[in-house]
Amino acid sequence: MARKTPGLNTSSMADISFLLLTFFLMTSSINTDQGIARRLPPPLPPNQDKPEVRERNIFVVKINSKDRLLYNGEIGRIEDLKDRAKEFLGNPEDKSNLPEKETMNIDLLGEMRVSKGVISLQNDRGTSYDMYLQVQNELAAAINEMRNELAMDRFGQKYADITEPQRDAIDQAIPIAISEAEPTKIGEKK
Amino acid sequence: MARFTGKKAKETPALNMGSMSDIIFMLLFFFMVITTMRESTLYVKIVVPQGTEVSKLEKKSLVSYINVGTPMKEQQAKYGTDSRIQLNDQIAEVSDIIQFVEMEKAARVEADRPFITTAIKADKDTKMGLISDIKQELRKAGAFKIFYNARKGERGR
Repeated sequence: MARKTPGLNTSSMADISFLLLTFFLMTSSINTDQGIARRLPPPLPPNQDKPEVRERNIFVVKINSKDRLLYNGEIGRIEDLKDRAKEFLGNPEDKSNLPEKETMNIDLLGEMRVSKGVISLQNDRGTSYDMYLQVQNELAAAINEMRNELAMDRFGQKYADITEPQRDAIDQAIPIAISEAEPTKIGEKK
Repeated sequence: MARFTGKKAKETPALNMGSMSDIIFMLLFFFMVITTMRESTLYVKIVVPQGTEVSKLEKKSLVSYINVGTPMKEQQAKYGTDSRIQLNDQIAEVSDIIQFVEMEKAARVEADRPFITTAIKADKDTKMGLISDIKQELRKAGAFKIFYNARKGERGR
């Protein structure tokens, strides 16, 4: 190297490169997988009787092979599903045709009246996955909204912002009560 | 270097190459981060449905993927146009799922095994019959934690 040449001042190069690095890191969408998490029930022992569930404790959602919906035997629209599910699971006025409640002692929340309601979801083998996921999405929306409301009420924060034990407590008070029935086979082949 | 030895030669400032390595490393890391995300080539076409209530999938190392969709154009001669399942790098049958789950379990530390999540990445036009079959197999295999992949957005219909 020639001694006398004044080199370009490159000390800021590192800063620029770090800037670029952070820029790309933040803007590039690194395929984060998003979706809806669910838990499958363990397989039933073959000779076990079905648990007795009262009619008022169950809300039947059926999807047929043409992606149309039936709520407790009535034709319904997907737009109404969230409110129907909320009304069913929440039962704020303790109506006699909506689910019973069980008093439970939950840490951090104290005595809570937990709904015994279960949403029974049945689809056809010809139902599209898209429709099924929309229904799951609406049910998730209903449960998330209820959890948010309870978290706001008890902890003054959104469900997403509270601590882990608080979240567990709310999960216990408002469980994901969705049961899936064996699908029907009407739309099997086109 | 003869150029610089002449007394009257105009002095050209030398480029400092010191930070070049930084830049190269930066690029290297950048591409490393990006490329690790694509684990296997997809043989099936998947457009995941949209939903408003999506959450992020956590602990990526504990996730195994089941891809469901119609085979790509180049694969259709071999596998037809009906929806198929892709496990790892090949098209598979529903009956292969139990073995797949066992292999995924075996690849993890014992303590992590109960937390393995199976992500079902299915095309939105898939019929539920196939998805139900997959779910039944997963129940039999003891993989109860599942995840329906979806995009964030308004309703897709």
